[in-house]
Amino acid sequence: MINKNSILYIGILIFGIAAPFLFPAFKVQLSILCVLIVLATTWNIQGGEMGYNSFGNILFYGLGMYLCASVQVGMFFPLAEWTESGGEKTFVHTPTQFFQGMAVGLLVAAVVPTIVAGLIGYSILGLRGHYFAICTLGLGVAAGEISGGIEIIGAGQGFTTPPFPNVGGLEARGEFFYFCSFFALVIAFITIRAIYSTRFKLILNAIRDNEDKAEAMGIETMKYKIIGWMVSAFFCGLAGGIMGGLVGYIDSTDVAFDGREMGVFMVLMAILGGKGTLWGPIIGATVFHIFKEGFWTFFLGWQYVALGVLIVVIVIYFPEGIMGWLREKYPERFGEVVDEADRKAQVELK
Amino acid sequence: MVFQYPMITIQACLDGILLGVLFALIAYGMALQWGVMNIINIAQGDLVILGGYIAYFMYLFGIHPAWGVIVSPFIMYFVGIGIYKLVINKVVDRDLFISILATFGISILFMQLMNFAFGADVVLANSGYGTTFLFDSNVVLPNSKIFSAFISILFAICLVIYMKKSKLGRAIRATAQNARAAKILGVDTEKVYAATFGINAALCGVAGALISITFTIHPYMGLPYTIRSFMIVIVAGLGNLPGVAMSGMGLGVFEEFADYILGTEFRIGSVFLLLVLILVYRRFKLSRKREYLK
Repeated sequence: MINKNSILYIGILIFGIAAPFLFPAFKVQLSILCVLIVLATTWNIQGGEMGYNSFGNILFYGLGMYLCASVQVGMFFPLAEWTESGGEKTFVHTPTQFFQGMAVGLLVAAVVPTIVAGLIGYSILGLRGHYFAICTLGLGVAAGEISGGIEIIGAGQGFTTPPFPNVGGLEARGEFFYFCSFFALVIAFITIRAIYSTRFKLILNAIRDNEDKAEAMGIETMKYKIIGWMVSAFFCGLAGGIMGGLVGYIDSTDVAFDGREMGVFMVLMAILGGKGTLWGPIIGATVFHIFKEGFWTFFLGWQYVALGVLIVVIVIYFPEGIMGWLREKYPERFGEVVDEADRKAQVELK
Repeated sequence: MVFQYPMITIQACLDGILLGVLFALIAYGMALQWGVMNIINIAQGDLVILGGYIAYFMYLFGIHPAWGVIVSPFIMYFVGIGIYKLVINKVVDRDLFISILATFGISILFMQLMNFAFGADVVLANSGYGTTFLFDSNVVLPNSKIFSAFISILFAICLVIYMKKSKLGRAIRATAQNARAAKILGVDTEKVYAATFGINAALCGVAGALISITFTIHPYMGLPYTIRSFMIVIVAGLGNLPGVAMSGMGLGVFEEFADYILGTEFRIGSVFLLLVLILVYRRFKLSRKREYLK
């Protein structure tokens, strides 16, 4: 049976596949948008559903970025010499080597952060509320500072990722990275949708609403918290790996562990769209990306000022996000039964 | 290395203690607003840097930068009240995460505005105080560091007395204990909150002016100061002034040793890593009693 939802999904899928050919000038922007949506939706797993507001998912993102690039280089050439030459074309990947390296690199970039999240999860996720937020903020910044001191991955001067091989030129490069990120987005969406229809989501919500009571009900909260974080880490690492190839240059504090930009963006996008909803982060990321590109184009130089103001305004005036606002306005659409008389009485009370 | 080169050890300890006093002053401001308003101010470090730039500008105009210690808290007090009126009063009663994110936004805003206004260069205000040599000039202490530690202690003592004796100080302490009860008994909590944030900003101004004399300032150097003061507060606890002073000095000494042993490029990284380790340590210590940090 074809219902309304599956028509919507098929429509989006067809649009997603056709998008780079319909808007060839915006290929890079579209791939960044896909990466942003992946980051926002996966942040939402622990930020929105579990109530653990993390600033530290940037750790997995940056880790994935460095790992993917290092594996891609290290599989065929000595890594230290590559970074020392600072991206000078002393070594050139053949197309086969490039794609093989990318595939293995993305796999490593997704799996290793997941393991890291599992390992540190037990210690970090025992913290609650703002302690968790500050601790993860510290983790992200510490990772950036420390990776900026490690010689083999380029230290302060950065790491140039392997350039795209000479097949099909610039067009093919854009399409390749677009489909990588779109594929990541599709997997992320399917996984999250699957997760949200199981008991797992209810457990996460129980942890958010009252962790002590959830524990008293016999739920092993720590186990579910770690699993939730690991799912986030998997997709953050994957997104980081793709983004590293797309940007073509990795710097420890400005690109990879960029807590000031990407680390806040993912939180902001989820809040803008509406925490704890399936579609909220997707809408939030899209709106945010359009806004951001507008800022970067029209307020060049003042973009961070605009960003700071935007953060304050969103946080103070739209803490419920777009989905929350829609929900308040059209509760019927969300399957909530509204008693009209009761609602009017409440409005009058306000 | 600690015992092989005793002079370096002494140097690092003294440097660390003098530095730690400054950290403790900033942390005291953070503890104040955290205790009273239940807000974690990520922009704390940026207020410090802004205070530093005020002293630096006085230096540029030919006034001795040490006068910044008096001028900068005055200006910063009003900056603090301005921030409170614009943003903070809307997040006081809300979820803590909202306040963290909102002050993060302020932090980014300040960073960038300072970058535009003052340029991205690392600057310092030269106080011309000279240096003191100890132990056959094996240990070198700039007099400006001693001066800054002395001034910090002076300000801290003044503030403690003010909080104990004055009417506003009593109102602040009452609000910290129970805001609702204070309101019922006629304390204008809104004003108290504004004053608290202003005093915090003024403390940051003093610390910033001292930092501009003793160390260097740069628009993007704010966040480490926030993290340091947060760390000191969680180690010492709210409202424990001797604890704040001690853990501030401890942190200063730790940083100096990390600087010597690991190298300067890992200094900031080690501070952030220490924060994570302290939080994790406390979490495991509390989880034995089936409690958690809250």
